[in-house]
Amino acid sequence: MTSLRYEAPETVEDAVRLLADADGEARALAGGTDLLVQLRTDLVRPGLIVDLKRIPRLMEVSANGAEIRVGAAVSGAVLGKSEAVKAAWPGVVEALELIGSTQIQGRASLGGNLCNGSPAADSVPALIAAGAVCEVAGPGGTREVPVEDVITAPGRLALGPGEIVVSFVMPKPPARSGDAYLRFIPRTEMDIAVVGAGVALTLGEDGVCTHARLGLGAVAPTPLLVEDGAKALIGTKVDDEALAALAAAASAACNPIDDKRGTVEYRVKVAGVLARRAALIALERARSNG
Amino acid sequence: MAKYHVTASVNGEPVEFLCAAEQTLLDVLRDELELTGTKEGCATGDCGACSVTVDGTLVCACLMLGTEAEGREIGTIEGMADGDTLHPLQRQFLEDAALQCGVCTPGFLVAAKALLEENPEPTETEARYWLAGNLCRCTGYDKIIRAVMTTAAELRGE
Repeated sequence: MTSLRYEAPETVEDAVRLLADADGEARALAGGTDLLVQLRTDLVRPGLIVDLKRIPRLMEVSANGAEIRVGAAVSGAVLGKSEAVKAAWPGVVEALELIGSTQIQGRASLGGNLCNGSPAADSVPALIAAGAVCEVAGPGGTREVPVEDVITAPGRLALGPGEIVVSFVMPKPPARSGDAYLRFIPRTEMDIAVVGAGVALTLGEDGVCTHARLGLGAVAPTPLLVEDGAKALIGTKVDDEALAALAAAASAACNPIDDKRGTVEYRVKVAGVLARRAALIALERARSNG
Repeated sequence: MAKYHVTASVNGEPVEFLCAAEQTLLDVLRDELELTGTKEGCATGDCGACSVTVDGTLVCACLMLGTEAEGREIGTIEGMADGDTLHPLQRQFLEDAALQCGVCTPGFLVAAKALLEENPEPTETEARYWLAGNLCRCTGYDKIIRAVMTTAAELRGE
């Protein structure tokens, strides 16, 4: 049996160096709610675990006039208490808070949820809708990667050796903006999304939609940014016709699997329904953010 | 196998232990510190039998490495009673027969205590959602929720 090594660096640079210099497989640890289960079931057998939670930058939430920055390892319990993020992007906070139980919320993070690489990750469609960009640090320095470009296949990421997501940067939304995330599960709590839909939109003074983004989860090998969904809303008053076009665009973007939790036909249908319902909540929020 | 030296606090007492990197906090509590009140149910974060607090936050001890406890303050079921005096939640669980086999009970008690510290006046719905990560396979939820709601009222002086 090879011995597992644990490191808890206090700077991004040290974390990147440890991960990049590792001999065998190395894993970054945020909340551990996926990684520890994978370790226990021998799905992964790393030689090194690099705990990122001693690095202040990954544990901070900050906001200035232009943007909101959420550290990649900030837990749902902490993010749920951030008035600044809840006011700006309630859909993102709600999406993270949908993951697991109170106990899971004590540890689960946006960075872990994204970097686990699941197509059904709840926070990812909401982050995509919010236009969140990852600050990625690696041996070659830092770069910015839009959230929708991070997962390339189930469990696979567009991150090189030694690269970690440090934080998520979201724009401070302009007036008359709102977002929302909805997922379908066959019970009321503690389940994996059969379909997830995140919508963000901004209205002009005349009530016409000037900006929109639609993110979908669990309906394709990766979470999706659905550009046709945005096109369906922009330039409209988000009326029934526009919402029907949004639902059609969402359904058309799906390329789901058939499994015990949902058939292809069902997921395609529900994606449209959830996109429409999420848009209605986002619309309501945008109207009250005048 | 390399062992890590960890210094932490458990129920207000300083502790030191040696653990391997792959040992979870649950393994450490039970096998190294001999605090066996925290139970292993599923070991995958689904059942809540291993609920503990870390710096006041409710977590599953099976989903945290022992090495991560360095410098942290851990709260377990063993710290709930004050000597021979049971915590009001423990007393009410007994009075309401809110347990059968008892394996889930330490987790429920630790989680319920964390709920009442965060929200002294939960609605029944809030209590049920908060405790959704604690599974009882003797199907005792109604009695558990009743005990939690009664204790919440008692602690509010009602």
